[in-house]
Amino acid sequence: MEGKFIFAGFGGQGVLTAGQIVALAGMIEDKSVTWMPSYGPEMRGGAANCSVVVSTSLVGSPIVDVPDTVVVMNKPSLDIFENSVAKNGFLIYNESLISTKPTRTDITILPIPCNQIAKDLGNVKVANIVSLGAFLATTDTVTMDSLIAGLKDKFGESKKHLFDVNIEALNKGYEFAKSLI
Amino acid sequence: MKKELIKGNIAIAEAAIAAGCQCFFGYPITPQNEIPEYMSLKMPQLGRTFVQSESEVSAINMVYGAAGSGARVMTSSSGPGMSLKQEGISFLAGAELPCVIVNVMRGGPGLGGIQPAQADYYQSVKGGGHGDYHLVVYAPSTVQEAVELTQKAFHTADKYRIPVVVLADGVLGQMMEPATITVPKEEPLPEKTWATTSIGNSSRKPNIANSLYLDPYKLEKHIQHLAKKFDVITENEIMVEYNDIENAEIVVVAYGTTARIVRSAMNTLKKEGINIGLVRPITLSPFPTDEINQACKNANSVLVVEMSLGQMIDDVKIAINGEKPVNFYGRQGGVIPKASDVVDEIKKLRGVI
Repeated sequence: MEGKFIFAGFGGQGVLTAGQIVALAGMIEDKSVTWMPSYGPEMRGGAANCSVVVSTSLVGSPIVDVPDTVVVMNKPSLDIFENSVAKNGFLIYNESLISTKPTRTDITILPIPCNQIAKDLGNVKVANIVSLGAFLATTDTVTMDSLIAGLKDKFGESKKHLFDVNIEALNKGYEFAKSLI
Repeated sequence: MKKELIKGNIAIAEAAIAAGCQCFFGYPITPQNEIPEYMSLKMPQLGRTFVQSESEVSAINMVYGAAGSGARVMTSSSGPGMSLKQEGISFLAGAELPCVIVNVMRGGPGLGGIQPAQADYYQSVKGGGHGDYHLVVYAPSTVQEAVELTQKAFHTADKYRIPVVVLADGVLGQMMEPATITVPKEEPLPEKTWATTSIGNSSRKPNIANSLYLDPYKLEKHIQHLAKKFDVITENEIMVEYNDIENAEIVVVAYGTTARIVRSAMNTLKKEGINIGLVRPITLSPFPTDEINQACKNANSVLVVEMSLGQMIDDVKIAINGEKPVNFYGRQGGVIPKASDVVDEIKKLRGVI
């Protein structure tokens, strides 16, 4: 079993972090994982994205060309990645910041108001974790428990006071996406 | 040691520290910046030496100085910076000074770009500097292997008194993968009796690190000594990995990141009943010539895949020695070949498409 994912947005939206948490979750489950960021001129103030592969066998290419699930947090990322989603795959988009609707009909499209849900939780910075919860509704490659473990590992003891709001964000995102599928 | 999710560049830096690297000299360039950045933090904390030099030229000459005095020393760079280091690398090879040089390859020529490439194969394997010399070149394909080969590079350098290159690329440098930073158990190494250390109260003559031999007969003797040493390295140090070469109708030869992409393509093809083999050279210098010839014995043809216009293919052709067709597929300039492109290429070769 192998899952290939792309997380995309603009710098500061936490898409690289979201992808790393998925890779950490896979590693915690003893799976083979890779995380590959875009690097280059586009990451300086512009678009950021990462490819994540989680597999029960050794990961070959860490570059994801045809993702099973794509999470886009802003409009430019939607424009870039909508067409790449695998047939019957999932496209999660941040409805709070993207007003244009995706047009593909051969994939499942999940509009998630990530920023709004995060704001309602009292911390707009967890919008990426809301999207991560929604992402979990599209795949069996990692579990909620290992995502939470990955999140704690990523943030570390110094950000312990933020664990609760992040876990809540994960759950809210997951529930919102589940209600749409 | 705990397995951690770690970037290739940082893993290389940590591996070097664990292997006892005492000095690091470097100058920033993408996509290897995490190496000097990490070293700038950790080396002073450990009481070791880090210098961000004013250029790659001075960095490699600092390597010459530190290596000459017997220290374990490393530098890292990419494309344009590697070109600047070539004079120093030739001097290091000539003076038989052990050191580790990491090249996280990006697209060239010239300033080129910053995206991953494998276009510095000729430069590292065939010698980018002047004169008759060989380097040892390791080509890791995973972050864990980058750790192990960086550490092995220090050992090989000390064992044979030779500069060793770790040839990675932008993907391997930037990607994260689970890896364990091991502390290598090394075989005993010869004492560095040649190092230019203080003679103190001893009666020995001062050592000199030198590559100048004005008498051509002496220089010829020196070059032949270097060549003999490389023969021993070729005898003992070749590393190569085989995947599914039995019953393979086509054997692909690829190294580093490209070998991973080929593995993804092989998985797709296997589902369609098409058996493809992969030979992955881990040492690019010395090159696994006989190993590749043997691995391709039963194949109808050979395909070389590289992120370049085709550089390693020359060595594969020498290995195959005209026994069967050697084809090429590659992308250049920082464009990474897709697994599906490799699948299409192999199908084309089989005459299916």
